[in-house]
Amino acid sequence: MSRLITRRSCLAGLSAGFAGSALAPMSPAHAATPELSFNELYGSFSALGLEFSDKVKTLTGQRVGIEGFMAPPLKAEATFFVLTEIPMALCPFCSTDADWPDNILVVYLDRKQTFTDPNQRIEARGLLERGSWTDPDTGFVSQLRLREARFAKV
Amino acid sequence: MRTIFAALAASTMLVGTAGAAEIYPLDRATILASSPFDFKVELDAVHGEGDISVLVNGKPYAEVFGKPADYIAEEKGKDDKVLGSALILRDLALAAPGSYKVDVKAGDETKSVTWEVYGTAEIAKAKNVIFILGDGMSVAHRTAARIMSKGMTEGKANGRLAMDDLDHMAFIGTSSTHSIATDSANTMSAYMTGHKSRVNALGVYADRTPASLDDPRVETIGEALRRTTKKSIGVVSTAEVEDATPAAVVSHTRKRGDKAEIVGMFYDVQPEVLLGGGSAYFLKSDVPGSKRKDDKDYIQLFKDAGYTLATTKTELDAAAGTNTGKMLGLFHTGNMDTWLDRNQLKKGTVEKFPDQPGLVDMTNAALTQLSKNPDGFFLMVEGASIDKMSHPMDWDRAVVETIELDHAVAVARDFAAKHPDTLVVVTGDHTHGVSLIGTIDTEKPGTDMREKVGVYDDAGFPDYADTNGDGYPDSVDVKRPLAIFSSNFPDYYETWGPKLDGPFVPAIQDANGNYVANEAYKDVPGAVLRTGNLPRENDTAVHAVDDIVLQATGPGAEAFKGYMEQSDVYRVLADAFALGKVQK
Repeated sequence: MSRLITRRSCLAGLSAGFAGSALAPMSPAHAATPELSFNELYGSFSALGLEFSDKVKTLTGQRVGIEGFMAPPLKAEATFFVLTEIPMALCPFCSTDADWPDNILVVYLDRKQTFTDPNQRIEARGLLERGSWTDPDTGFVSQLRLREARFAKV
Repeated sequence: MRTIFAALAASTMLVGTAGAAEIYPLDRATILASSPFDFKVELDAVHGEGDISVLVNGKPYAEVFGKPADYIAEEKGKDDKVLGSALILRDLALAAPGSYKVDVKAGDETKSVTWEVYGTAEIAKAKNVIFILGDGMSVAHRTAARIMSKGMTEGKANGRLAMDDLDHMAFIGTSSTHSIATDSANTMSAYMTGHKSRVNALGVYADRTPASLDDPRVETIGEALRRTTKKSIGVVSTAEVEDATPAAVVSHTRKRGDKAEIVGMFYDVQPEVLLGGGSAYFLKSDVPGSKRKDDKDYIQLFKDAGYTLATTKTELDAAAGTNTGKMLGLFHTGNMDTWLDRNQLKKGTVEKFPDQPGLVDMTNAALTQLSKNPDGFFLMVEGASIDKMSHPMDWDRAVVETIELDHAVAVARDFAAKHPDTLVVVTGDHTHGVSLIGTIDTEKPGTDMREKVGVYDDAGFPDYADTNGDGYPDSVDVKRPLAIFSSNFPDYYETWGPKLDGPFVPAIQDANGNYVANEAYKDVPGAVLRTGNLPRENDTAVHAVDDIVLQATGPGAEAFKGYMEQSDVYRVLADAFALGKVQK
């Protein structure tokens, strides 16, 4: 492994994004949202690919809640971020020396929220979307996403 | 007009412009005769093509090199910043051994370099080379592996590692072209090309332009073997196969993170055996778990090229018996789990990928396949997680990985005993700042773990047991484990014991982007916060600049002696295989 200049310059650009922690409160209407956890995302693992669990398949298209951590975001003002099971050391869009894990969820916010500390456990709620999608801004390819999402501290 | 501008540009930077140009390959490069490489001249100012003089041994360069270079009036950097003019001549090859002095002059800019082009023996000394690399394997890893696996009585080891009896030895300098420190990309690249490079670079000199795939290339051993021999090529690693060390056998990129492209470079060279993790970059982008951004299905492409595919140990065993001549084994989407996790603790990602082969299984399978070639083979075997576990200071996992690597060395030595025309090389790519300083007496009364560290006379001997005689400790959770520490670290909680719940994660990032001690270990009994001695951007311990030990046996091994630059090792391999001469 190596420590990279790319990460350093990326993190420098990001530092502004960590400043605020005033998160919008979650609407009570969302209280009954089905919960999904990171260890429920996949039903099987293979070097030839992973397979989504029956629960993910069932909940696709519905609003779900999932707890995790916000990977260091690409920039302070983006309307999306990557939710991970454990706190991520690296910005997944910037890193070249360590890869992000398989079990991530891309979260597209319904409106701009102030990003939070990567060690702060959060819950994101939004419409679960499945299928290959290439983010037009970053080229980041995801197979599973939350759309129209909000997040709050746990 | 251009001339006037060039003169003005040069005159605005009068001080220090002499010598500002850069020439690739760099000064004192050693180059295998007839081996293709890219020649590049980077000038700090914009010069007209006719104003750039390049002489080689006093003659116009195009006469010596056989063709002129492409002229680039203005190379562009980030944000289209003009960097200066450049000349690039791709795939130059110099057949005649000797000294080549290259003099560049443009305006006030001058630069001279001298390369040594070397030939090799006419006839190969070795039919096969097995190059075994313990990533980051330092002296302390070896000492600890010997004591942990063999035991020690009254100051003498109760047994020897397989690598202990390799009869030729050298100290290897690992530094980079821009830094005394280094990473696994340019270290392995130096072994596999004969050229030193910059941190993160594989098979290229790192030039000034931002693109990572256009830097001046040098030939890799994989390409040299294809160009000059009919030998087979094997690459085995416990990391992702497109990780830096295995990638160095075939790759050209300024950025080791170009993993999707590196898979394409493997496909171009088509090693007969390719075994390891990293399938995520072989899967087309719409497959969950893929890390590609395109529709290229490299699993299918390799199959179409005649490869037998294995994705588990069971399938590897079956594939080893087939006779297709080519084997692709991908056993994990990412890096494979450590021996300790696979065989004892069942942590890491073993639950998801329960049937992964080990390094010994993969080495055996590779040798079975490769040895079918009557022209011989080159096999690179990497124990990747010695490094991957040393960064987070997970010493138990790192030491057991060293033991596993040594078992692969034993396999190689057994093969060489039956095939004495085999050169076996065992080394690391760089060191870690790690040392073994004694033991920890966990049964000493009290909760202050620091007081339980036994040094000097109090260290005694550890109490690892190997009752089943497999060469591995039955458990690392013993009463008197080894005391191993890093010379460098981020903030972390020292727990003085093995990490039985999964690989250690010493530090995580805080809200300011700094790495702070991972509080998950705060409540381990006796845990002590250690304030880091590295810049806070470092999440783990770092590579050391210390020399690394190389040992070897077999035909050609006698050339390894004293201190050698990492790039000199390639010359020994090239000479053992007589790569200066086309043999097909």
